[in-house]
Amino acid sequence: MADLALTSGTAMPREGVAARQTRGFGTILVAWMLMLPAIVTYVLMILLPLVVVLALAFTDYEFGAPGFRFIGLDNFAEMLGDRTFGASIRNTLVYSLFVVPLSIGIALLLAVLIEAGARGRAFFRAVFFLPVVSLTVAMATAWQYLLHPSIGPLNAVLRDLGLGTPNWLGASEWVLVSLGFIGVWENVGFNLVLFLAGLTAIPRDLYAAAEIDGVRSGWSKFWLVTWPMLGPTLLFVLIITMTRAIRVFDTVQTLTQGGPNNASEVLLRTIYQEAFHYFRFGYSAAVTLVFLAIVLALMLVQTRLIDRRVHYG
Amino acid sequence: MAEPNATRSLTADLPRLALLGLAAFIALAPYLWMISVSMKPQSEVFAASLDLIPNELALIENYGKVLERVPVGTYILNGLIVCFGILVFQILFAVPAAYALAKLNFPGRDIVFGFVMLGLLVPYQTTALPLYIGFATTGLLDTYTALIAPFVCSVFAIFLFRQFFRALPDDLINAARIDGMGEFSIVWRVILPNAWPAATAFAIFSVVAHWNDLFWPLVVVQKGDLYTPAMGILAFRSVEAGEDYGALMAAALLVTAPLVIAFLFAQRRFIEGITMTGLKG
Repeated sequence: MADLALTSGTAMPREGVAARQTRGFGTILVAWMLMLPAIVTYVLMILLPLVVVLALAFTDYEFGAPGFRFIGLDNFAEMLGDRTFGASIRNTLVYSLFVVPLSIGIALLLAVLIEAGARGRAFFRAVFFLPVVSLTVAMATAWQYLLHPSIGPLNAVLRDLGLGTPNWLGASEWVLVSLGFIGVWENVGFNLVLFLAGLTAIPRDLYAAAEIDGVRSGWSKFWLVTWPMLGPTLLFVLIITMTRAIRVFDTVQTLTQGGPNNASEVLLRTIYQEAFHYFRFGYSAAVTLVFLAIVLALMLVQTRLIDRRVHYG
Repeated sequence: MAEPNATRSLTADLPRLALLGLAAFIALAPYLWMISVSMKPQSEVFAASLDLIPNELALIENYGKVLERVPVGTYILNGLIVCFGILVFQILFAVPAAYALAKLNFPGRDIVFGFVMLGLLVPYQTTALPLYIGFATTGLLDTYTALIAPFVCSVFAIFLFRQFFRALPDDLINAARIDGMGEFSIVWRVILPNAWPAATAFAIFSVVAHWNDLFWPLVVVQKGDLYTPAMGILAFRSVEAGEDYGALMAAALLVTAPLVIAFLFAQRRFIEGITMTGLKG
């Protein structure tokens, strides 16, 4: 778990449980009393709904219908032939393949550039982080104006240069690129800050040692020292960005509603649409399980890799 | 590469600054045009000029239109109620639970912690359907309860606070016990004041996440007077504004401003808070 690896680094891993060794009935009662509100809300808001969604996925339940039947794997079989679902999976994948490498690569480049000098450090860090704290829906509308086919500044520049002026959010061949670009813009700041932390943690002696060994150019120093030392951070950022990319929803819902013609339909929107537009809760629950499975697979890879590689000794 | 270059001359530093400047311009572009368009009259917006400075100010026209037609104040107030409602319960429920898991010895502790870890793996969108059914059957759709309740138990807060509490010295707690304090007052009067950094970090993370959330409000809210900032903009965009970008940008700017201003005043805390805790996604 990302959280575990990072926070256990900051908080001391001291065994601090010895406080009350008297295992009296009193302590046990107090402990459960202290946890009671959390446990009750956990069961009501997380555990029970999780069990219900697991069950729903194997039913034909429609919201508002008087009853439902268990239909086994029919919902999953239906997904195989469902063109919207197919487009949704494909688009989510393409979007992620666009956003993940670009937002990581650009963040790393910017982090190295910021770290390479003393001027403007705080300023640039704040500028690139700004999108992380900004209301996505509002910023999406600003992008909509920037990318507007006829009155947008981007196409105004392209027109002046004598280039084509695509309908960035309205044409099926451009819509994922445009949403992906906004996704990169959203994610760079977050990754950048993690990379900056990773870069400051690299011991200065290593660069000095490389210099003594005759490594002079910044480029070779990057590949010899920075890149391998940044390994754990990189892995971390990779998985985090992937889970964030897979959950894309706000920009799609605001700007394209999955269109044109399903060209920007994504997983979370399919879940939303199937349930709250068509009221097909059973099918939506099945799609939810697919979404959950992808997220869990990523988490699993992350724990495996981080356990193995996070410590350089 | 990563040597301190404080002494480097400005001319030598120029290529680096130029590249960063270009990237910063792209990052800031939506903000710049958002501010600019919110002040332009419709005719200038449709002229598709690249000028950022309006020839003619339409501040009153655009902002007036927004304030008259859209209850921006209500959206912001709803956002505040929802965010702080969620945060208060999250702290209230997570802190004592985390204390018990960190500092008390009782049978079943590992099982409880196992459930916390399980909760960390599940994105909240997964439980949306059953929660919707629950709120619909209890008549709680379109209420603050529906907006707040699903998030009151934050397993992430429990996890974070537990990590933090474990690092607090046991002597602190033992001294309080010798003074005759009960476990409940220890939690609130000894532990929480000492966990301030973790609490601030979590608070910032939680507020940013829920202020910006669109998915859940979209599921449980239909009535306009319960719209959160994200929903308000979405509704204004699709119903009222159409191609009236001046008013739309004015509205977008008004609801984005509170968090952005808070961020500009406390940058370091925000960045620490979100990167330390934001890994939850």
